Formats: sequence, C-alpha cells, structure tokens
Amino acid sequence: MPLRDPKENDGLNTSPPVADEVKTTTCYMCAGRCGIRVFLKGGQIRYIQGNRDHPVNKGVLCGKGAAGIMNHCSPARLRKPLKRVGPRGSGEFEEIEWDEALSTATTWLDDIRTTDPKKLAFFTGRDQSQSLTGWWAKQFGTPNYAAHGGLCSVNMAAGGLYSIGGSFWEFGEPDWDHTRLFLMFGVAEDHDSNPIKIGLGKLKERGAKVISFNPARTGYAAISDEWVGIRPGTDGLLVLALVHELLRAGKVDLDYLLQFTNSSWLVQQAPGSEKDGLFLRDTDGKPLVWDRNSGSAVPQKQPGAKAALSGTYSVFGTPVIPVFQLIADRYTDEAYAPDTVAEQCGVSAETIKRLAAEIADAAFNHPVTLPIAWTDTDGKRHETMVGRPVSMHAMRGISAHSNGFQTCRSLHLLQMLIGAVDTPGSFRYKPPYPKPVPPGPKAAGQTSAPETPLDGMPLGFPTGPDDLLLEDDGTPRRIDKAFTWENPMSAHGAMHRVIANAAAGDPYPIDTLFMFMANMAWNSSMDIQGTIDALTATNTDTGEYCIPHIIYSDAYASETIAYADLILPDTTYLERWDCISLLDRPISNAEGAGDAIRQPIVEPDRDVRPFQTVLLDLGARLRLPGFVNEDGSAKFPGGYPDYIVNHERGPGIGPLAGWRGENGAGQGKGSVNADQLERYIENGCFWHCDMPVEARYFKMGNKAYLDWAVGMGFIRSADAIIMQLYSEPVQKFRNAARGIGKKQPPEHLRKRVEQACDPLPSWYPTFEDSATDPEDFPLHALTQRPMHHYHSWGSQNAWLRQITAQNRLFVHHATAAKYGIADNDWVWVESRNGRVKGQVKLIDGVNPNTVWTWNAIGKRGGSWGLEKDSPEVKKGFLLNHIIPDKLDDGSLSNSDPITGQAAWFDLRVRISKAEPDEQGETEPMFESTADLPGATPNSTRLDYGRVFETKEPVE
Amino acid sequence: MTCLPEKTTRKLGLVIDLDTCVGCQACVTNCKEWNTGGHMAPLTDTNPYGAGADGVWFNRVHSYEVTTPEGNSQSLHFPRSCLHCEDAACVTVCPTGASYKRISDGIVLVDEDKCIGCKLCSWACPYGAREYDVFEGVMKKCTLCVDRIYNENLDEEDRVPACVLTCPTGARHYGDLGDPQSDVSRLVRKRNGQDLMPEMGYRPTNKYLPQREKIANTATGQTTALAPLEDTSGASGLLGWVDRMLEQMD
Repeated sequence: MPLRDPKENDGLNTSPPVADEVKTTTCYMCAGRCGIRVFLKGGQIRYIQGNRDHPVNKGVLCGKGAAGIMNHCSPARLRKPLKRVGPRGSGEFEEIEWDEALSTATTWLDDIRTTDPKKLAFFTGRDQSQSLTGWWAKQFGTPNYAAHGGLCSVNMAAGGLYSIGGSFWEFGEPDWDHTRLFLMFGVAEDHDSNPIKIGLGKLKERGAKVISFNPARTGYAAISDEWVGIRPGTDGLLVLALVHELLRAGKVDLDYLLQFTNSSWLVQQAPGSEKDGLFLRDTDGKPLVWDRNSGSAVPQKQPGAKAALSGTYSVFGTPVIPVFQLIADRYTDEAYAPDTVAEQCGVSAETIKRLAAEIADAAFNHPVTLPIAWTDTDGKRHETMVGRPVSMHAMRGISAHSNGFQTCRSLHLLQMLIGAVDTPGSFRYKPPYPKPVPPGPKAAGQTSAPETPLDGMPLGFPTGPDDLLLEDDGTPRRIDKAFTWENPMSAHGAMHRVIANAAAGDPYPIDTLFMFMANMAWNSSMDIQGTIDALTATNTDTGEYCIPHIIYSDAYASETIAYADLILPDTTYLERWDCISLLDRPISNAEGAGDAIRQPIVEPDRDVRPFQTVLLDLGARLRLPGFVNEDGSAKFPGGYPDYIVNHERGPGIGPLAGWRGENGAGQGKGSVNADQLERYIENGCFWHCDMPVEARYFKMGNKAYLDWAVGMGFIRSADAIIMQLYSEPVQKFRNAARGIGKKQPPEHLRKRVEQACDPLPSWYPTFEDSATDPEDFPLHALTQRPMHHYHSWGSQNAWLRQITAQNRLFVHHATAAKYGIADNDWVWVESRNGRVKGQVKLIDGVNPNTVWTWNAIGKRGGSWGLEKDSPEVKKGFLLNHIIPDKLDDGSLSNSDPITGQAAWFDLRVRISKAEPDEQGETEPMFESTADLPGATPNSTRLDYGRVFETKEPVE
Repeated sequence: MTCLPEKTTRKLGLVIDLDTCVGCQACVTNCKEWNTGGHMAPLTDTNPYGAGADGVWFNRVHSYEVTTPEGNSQSLHFPRSCLHCEDAACVTVCPTGASYKRISDGIVLVDEDKCIGCKLCSWACPYGAREYDVFEGVMKKCTLCVDRIYNENLDEEDRVPACVLTCPTGARHYGDLGDPQSDVSRLVRKRNGQDLMPEMGYRPTNKYLPQREKIANTATGQTTALAPLEDTSGASGLLGWVDRMLEQMD
C-alpha cells in the first residue's frame, strides 16, 4: 500500500495533477517495442512511463525510452519536404510542398516501372513495417528490396532459422524463471533491451549463474558471474570445443536428439554425385533413418522402428551414415580439443573444460521438471515436462563476422546436443516460431517485367542453387547481389552493398535509390568516404550522377540527408500510427503471441507525413495492384491506419492478429474489423494471446502447440518441426561448388563456397584474420553500443548526449603500455582502409588483443541539429571510416560468404600515439553540411517542463 | 544555519543493488523526465545541442573499473543521488532555512523561495548530490519524488520514485528504512547493505547493496573437466556408449 500524505505542513502539494490524459502507444527509441504510457498535460508531453500491462517491458523503461521527450522535440526534426538545390553532399535544399514532392517521386518511379522496374532500389533500413514495404516492392515489380538485416544480424536469424526454426530475440528467449546457467555470446547491450534486463534481474535474484562471452566487459558482462574475454571472431571455435568436451563425455541428450532433430537421418556418401551429402529419402521425399530392428531404411518415427545414430549402412549400393555419426566423427577430433583452440580463442583450456563441465552438470544433473502434462507429435502422452536448464542468448557480436553464420549454427548445435531448445529452463521459442526447417518461402525475382508485380516477396530462403537470383550468364539479378554465389543464403538482402554497386553499375545501373531510415552516408556504412564517393559519383560522359535519383525518408536530419535529391520528412514516433505485426517482426513471448500498434499521441507541428502513409499514397499514384481500386481510386485513402485495418495478405490474415472478425472475437485469423484500432487502444495498444499451458514447451514437437499455431495461422501444418543439426540446403551449395549440377559458382568463388558451405556447423578464421599479417595489424577493433545510445539516433537528444557526447577508444592497460600510450592520449587507429583518430581510455575489462569504442557517437557537422563545435563532431569518431567494405582481394564484399552479413567486427588495426600537435580533435574531419532551410539557432538554455510547474501550496 | 529534526517519523529512502545495476541510465533519464516537470521544475540544461552541454540531474550513474582486495578487476555501475542523510550537512549549513529535512518522512528538500543560491550546501554535501540551476540561481536536488509517492492522482502502484518505477533490472528499491520490518530494511539485512562513506558521519538513509560474490564453478563437486567415456581418442568411445544407451532405451 502506498503511503498517505503525512501532512508535513511545509506547504508542499504532494498530489499535484500529473496529466489531463494518459495515452498508450509503443516506444520507438530503439527496436525493442516496449509499451509506454504517455502523460499529456496542456497538450504537451509531461512524462513517459513503461506500460505495466505490456508483455515486452512489464512496466519498466530503459534510459532511452525515458528520454523519448527529447527525441520528440529534437531540433533535428525535419520540417517540410526538401528538394536538393546544391551539389549532392552540400546539404543545400529548398523546401517544397508535398504535392510537388510526391509528383516528382511519382514521375521518377512511374518511368522506371513502365520500362524496367529493377532500376528502382528500395531499401528501408530500420523499418518496422517490412510486411508493407516488401509488399510495395513486390507490387512495384522490383527485386531490389531489403531492410537493414543484411548489415545487422542476418547471420543470427538465418543461422537459427536453418537450424532450429527460430533464433534469439524476436524468435525466442531464455526461460528466465527456470534456467540455472545463462550464457550470453557477443551481446552488446542492445536488442531485446528491457526483456534481457528484466531477465538478468530475475537470474540474480534466483542465484543462477550468468556467463558473458564478449571481448569487452561492458554493462551486462559487468554484472555477470564470469566474463570470458574471448578474442573476436573465435566464438564458434570455442563453442565447438565445448561440443567436443560434451561429446567425448557422452553428455548429450540422445532421447531428445532422436525425437526432435535430424540426428538419425541418413546422409548419402556418394562423392561426385548430386546426391552426395544429401539425405536418403523415400519416394515421397521423407527422410529415412536406419532401423536397427529390421536392418533397413525407414521413415523417421515409423512405429516400431529403432533408429540408429551410429554406423555406416548401404542402401542400393550407396553408403549412408546417420547425422549423429558424422557429428561424432567431426567434433571429437583433436582439432576441437580445448587445448588446441585455447590460444586462438584467447581463453584457457582449463576454462573451456570447466565451462563444459558446468554446462553438463546443469543440463544433466539438475533437470527442471514442471508438472505439466502434454502430448507429443507421435501421440505419446507425457505427465511432466522435463528440461535442461542451460539457456543462451547471442547477438551481433557473434554474427557480425565473416564466419558468423556458421558460428550461430554452432551455438544451436550445442543447444540441440544437450536438449536445450524449448524445454523448461532452456531457450524457448516465441510464436510464430518455431517454423519448419528449412524456412520458406523462397525469394522472388527470377523475372521482372514492366508494370508487373513480382511473383512473390523479394526476400526469402533459398534451399539450393536453383533458388539463386542469377541470369543465365551468371549475372546477379539484384543490385545488392543477394542470392548469388557471393552469398547464396542472403535471406535479408545486402543493404550495405547497394550504394557501391549502384554507382559502379555493377551488375547494372539503376535509376532511383529510395531509402528509409538508414544512415548510409555515415554510421551504417563501412568505408564512409568510399560510400560518399559512390553517392556523388558522376558519369564521365554525361556529367550526371551515376545514381541519377535518390529519394530519402527520415524524421531527422541525419548525415544521409545531404546526399538525397528529394526528402520526404517522416513524423516522430509519438505522432504516428504503426503496427508491430506478426507478419514481420513480432513481439510475442514464449507463452503467447502478440502484436501492437502505435497511435498518434500528438499532432505534428510541422509539414511532415508518416512514411508508410506516403508509401501508400505513392502506391496509389503509381496505380500499383493492391493499392488502388478497380476505378483507379486509392484503396487506402485513410493512409496507414486504413491499411492496417483493411489490408488482407491472405484470407483472414492482416497486419494485426487481435480482435479480428466483424465482432472482434477473432484471434490470429478473421475477417476485417472496422473497430480493430479502437480495441487495441482500449487494451493499451497491444494484443497478447496466451497459448494453452500444455503448449508452452517442446513447441517443435508438441501437439497442443502446433495445433494452436495452425489455428492462429502461424504455420500451415501441425507436423513435427525437426531441427537440423546437419543442413541439407547448405550441402547443396557445396555440391555445386564441387562441380555438381547445372548451376555452379564461378571459378573464383568455387573454393570459397565449398569451404564455407559446410553442412555441419564449422569454424574458420574470419577473412580479415586470414588475410592480415599480425605484425602489420596486431589488434582487433570493434564497437559496442551504449545502452543509452543503442541505435544511432541519440545524439540529437539533449539528455542522452549529456551522458555520452564523446566516445573513447578503450585499450587494455597492458596493450597501451606496449605501444607507449597513456590514459587520455589521442591515438591513430589504422587499418588497411585508412586511419582515424580518437582519444584513449585505458581499462582492464577488454581482451588485450582488442580495442573497442562506442558505436555511432561521432557525428558530422551540420547534421542532427548539433552545433558544429559539439564533441560529437570534434572528438567523437567512427570506426566505420577504417572498416574496408571489400575483402583484401578488392572485389568481394567484407561480408559473410553464406548470408552476406556485413562483417563489421572482423576489423584488424594497429594503434599509435598521435603527435603532440595532433591532440584534441578527431580525424578524418568532414566538411560540415549546410544548415537545412528553416533551421534556427539552438538556444543555450533548455527548460523543458517549466510549463508543468505547479507550485500552488496546499489549500 | 538550519536545524535538523531530532528524529523523523519515517526514514524514506532508496536501496540500490550494485550487484544488479547494469548502468543502463534508465533511472537517470526517468528521474530527469519526471522531475523536469515536477516539484523542482524545470531541470534546466545549458547548451543542450552544443559544446559544454550540462544540466541539472538529480540522479547520475557512473561506471568504474575496480580492483577487488584479491586483485581481480571488476566493472561497477554506481548510481548516485541524494542519500537523505539523517545528519544532513547540506541542511545544517544552509543560511536561510531553504534546505530542510522533513519530520514526517525524512526527505531532504529545498524550498526554492528561500534559496539564495549561495551553494554552501553543495560544498557541504560529500556525495555531490546537489545540483545548481544556473539560470534560476537556486539549488535543486532529489526530492525522492515527493510529488509521486503520496500523489493521489497516480495509480497506487505508481506511487514510488520514478527511478524505482523504471529500473529494468529491479536494482532500485524504495521504502521506510526506519521500520525494521519493512521490505527494504529486510533486504538491507539480508544483503549486508552499506552506508556510503560512513566515516563521514552523515548517517545516510539510502543504502547500497554490495556486489554478490561471483558464482564460481557450479559443477557438482566443482569438477574441473568432464571425464571422457573411455580412454580412447576419436569417436569410438562415444559411439559405443551411444549404442549401449540406445539399447537401454529400446
């Protein structure tokens, strides 16, 4: 019970009015999508609080979310559509009306659509509306669409989806209430921000052990029980050494492996043949296992069959081997022994061995039993749920490497072997996951033609060479070269490659680059100068820009604004409708499905429009199918909220899953409900539907779950989802590289594809490590994200920038001593791509072979509403300047060879003390861009909240 | 000089768990956004978008590396705000009576109407908890959200300081530290809560919970390595075991 006012008699009013109105919506200060309550007083935002009822954040709010007011009223907000009037990069614009902006865009886009739709490259950055933007691209007819996944964490997503049918963050979460041992790999304190913090609080309270594997000991690692300061890019090797230890000791869950994985599937051994390394299947395509009873190959789970896990058998003359045998052969090899890998990982063999012992002990000596009866997909009833209380979480730290896909796969291998996927105490799926493995559908774009939609969504999941998007002569069909031999399984596209490719006309020139919310001219690109050169490159014959038109939409004056020809200003997150849809990036939790909306809290005070509404408008102006009625009128004249309610992707399936059907009683599927948004608002702007209790674990093989998921429209069939220790799609690419089949990689990629596309999780040194002479560049360099600046939008925020306005280069004391560097010195950080200057902070909590800094604190003068002498401009620095966007060979992208994920953290550097006359300012220092029209000088005083002051004494 | 009450009815304060704080700054900005429109509004900022940005903050979090007595390096996040001392030097030093400690709940406040901005209190406070507003010429400080904790316009469960309400890891606790039976008092006993710089003698109300002992090897019997199945290299030991296990499962 709260206290009652004690009547202190000091004249203080302890119950001042706090709000005229409290509205709920969804935060957008990062990608975490927490529920918030916004207190309004006199029409202004008084206070933002976490929504206690919301399943994501349960009432709490992070440092960014609580500073949302300052993003909302940032001086960097764009005010009106802009047309470029100076050269690209100058920042010289004039304000134009929306009619002119939209008709200009329509003219450019209509020309493209009626001639060659792929000449539009539409890339949408940190987009939370990918089911709309992807569909727009499809209806336009361009294959050149992606959001920012390729430069963010596609390794994590693809590694998971091709292995366990799920992944971390939006796909799954640790069982915080039951786990005993929690392993965090490469987790900077970003992504899934509040749920992890809430979870860590629970683990601490329960006395569960937290282990952090990260070269840098930042926030979460600081409170972990054990910090393993691993060398960057070697996580996969360490994980496989754990696997080695567990296998050699027999600490694997055979029952689980037999039931839920492809451990028993038979792999054909037929070198030189197209079936080599593929599963033995019956005529229906069902994978077969070796039945120890009958001595024959039978479908998995055939009643009465006893599947073998070891041995070599012969079927019609072809030797076949169970997956588990291949795993045993591979990972018990001394190549994976802790003593072998210790030095490479920077982690002692004793530590690795002991960690394996701890994992085995937690998993097998301390199983968690929940008194929940359930039925598996074989129809077998279980009276309890028994799980392995070892949970893991991983993020960009392990995925942003050129060996990231295989590292993520290795982590899932470890989870599967000990039976720690979706069991009590382990990692748990969040619906709509798990999904069948391999995932579907495949990427469309095999053909594109004028005024013709694609035959599917532009992004998808290839399962073999036939799914690559290549012309007959091998030319990539996509501008970003996704789904090519350079990165065959690039499920999220490759946004980081678009600008350079488009400028080079490689594989073909484009006409218009249309981007949303991606700061590609600054912190979202490698090799910034190279990117700027590409954005401003001109054709030597015509003098025209190589990328003829650039359209950009954002709410704020980022560094990228200066490089666009046409700016479509977006609203802040408190001025708009949005939907957080199960069709793209869901916010479910392990016990139920959910989605959410944003509603406008206040009206914009500028001439800006929500991007999605603008996109729908453009779709109608272009008369894209689905965006217009038969009479040519706009199908969604009410803009984005109209679309959210009325669009159906399939029968009964729309952007929002809650309150469907005419009476609003439908969940998951149902007809359109005109009152849907009102119902969301009544419920706090989110919908959450718990699944039956018996469905909450073993979802991949739990009848109650799978039936529920089918009913909700998440999956088509309630068949068991078999997790894939061994990946057949990956093997198909390897076979092609070995000269099998019609579609094979070009010679210069043959060896790389063969090596990278290992059907079993593997480890190889990052490309940068392999190509680097450690004498030249002895150190690794990477970034972390400060929790209060997670994402790069915070420097415009008057409060957050007071916490961090200058990033330092964190260097281990011993390393600094080696190079004669003292605390606070300015140093050069040099890679094969150039050098950048920053100020040092010496610490202990970093792998001595690694230096790191906070990401995206450095800003360019003229951007983000900051004054040009701000620390962000003068002292803040970006590692991006020195991250090469090409591999050492000068042609291939600095990316994962399987998924194409940008390998941000492969960077190798050397450091040296700057000369005395070089101290104090960062370099390179780019010329400031011009102030945007209408910009007013910043006040030296900010007193937000003065209007809310209530000093009236108590009556 | 201003007098302190001989005793207060309650001792409201915070208990801050240094073992759980990840340094996320949630309490810092939530405090700022509540209080900039609250009892001491506004919490003014200077040069908000330029060099030398500075502002009034009632709560700040500092991150340090520390070396334990055993010589181990450790990272520590340390939230710092007014500790609402029982012997609050910031009050006794105040020449105008602007700084005062409430008899009812022990909260230390500043009456802005009486404050002349002499800054003596900020010199007297050993914790650096006083925040001078250069534009208004008065001293400001943590109010323990006195305009929240009794506020009948808020939902009952929201009547706690903003920093406690928002903390994602649950590292901040609020209650009556004068009541030995309160949750916070129990927590302080259970976790060996500490005064900050007790040697100064200001008897702070807020307590800090020290970092827990790191959990070492959790394996039963503190096993340092798993024993291989058989004394064989390669796969045979494992696969022999697998076959035996499968037979048992049959």
